Amino acid sequence: MAKLSFNKPLCKGCGLCVTACPKKLLSLSKTESNANGYFVAVIENEEACIGCAACATMCPDCVIEVER
Amino acid sequence: MAKGFKKTKMLTDTPFHYCPGCTHGIAHRLTAEVLEEIGAEGNCVGVAPVGCAVFAYNYFNCDMQEAAHGRAPAVATGIKRVHPDKIVFSYQGDGDLASIGMAETVHAAARGENITVIFINNSIYGMTGGQMAPTTLEGQKATTCQAGRIPELNGNPVNVAEMLAQLKGPSYIARVGLFDLKHVMEAKRAIRKAFDMQINKKGFAMVEILSTCPTNWGLNPIDALEWSKNEATKTFPLGVFKDITKEEE
Repeated sequence: MAKLSFNKPLCKGCGLCVTACPKKLLSLSKTESNANGYFVAVIENEEACIGCAACATMCPDCVIEVER
Repeated sequence: MAKGFKKTKMLTDTPFHYCPGCTHGIAHRLTAEVLEEIGAEGNCVGVAPVGCAVFAYNYFNCDMQEAAHGRAPAVATGIKRVHPDKIVFSYQGDGDLASIGMAETVHAAARGENITVIFINNSIYGMTGGQMAPTTLEGQKATTCQAGRIPELNGNPVNVAEMLAQLKGPSYIARVGLFDLKHVMEAKRAIRKAFDMQINKKGFAMVEILSTCPTNWGLNPIDALEWSKNEATKTFPLGVFKDITKEEE
């Protein structure tokens, strides 16, 4: 099982990680926003994450760190 | 647990000022990751441009020099000649490299200066508000060509990579995209190769990266990547246009 950690204050809600995820686990939160007013990216079903780091590779703002 | 993906130490902790979804961030990270891979920490000097990436000196965790608009290859030339043992790179946008700095770029390439140039081509002037750039595509709308670029009126886009590949000086000229994971990995390999050329003293190396500008293109970040993949590559095809190590083999 892999663990994702999001540096939420840096997230700009662009959604590139959402389209990059091969398992479609990521989404933009509809309720949680950061200090800049962006709806941040969140992972719903973390157990299913395969730790491929595709999201982190596509993230333009180095928000995501992956442990596996 | 082992770190599967960690931010490279060649980037500082300063948050990027770029718009949401701007691929400048990916290009910064790839360049920084390559610098870390080649062990350039404490041994490299970057040259920042004028344009969206004007604050690049805040983001790269190495010595940086801000150049006058378009003059980054000339400044990098000076730095490399004084410090031939340092890794020297410039990071420039299309308004900087292909417009005001075209002369410096072409002559640095023609001289075969042993520097690496990272060229971000988003086919628009991003920082100043979306004016037509030398790389704006035929038919693409910008604030200074609101009906779309008309070649008879506005001229044709400049294919910098193809043009520089005709010169004798450059060792490696490639154009890459950042549309998806596969292309991002390819872009990183191309940047690595461009820095390897400098380490092996082969001469001028440039990687043109097709970037997006969701704000000024008027698209959301995901559609902007699709547009870049489907439309920009018609005018700016991806590929390696010059590689002297391949010719030697």
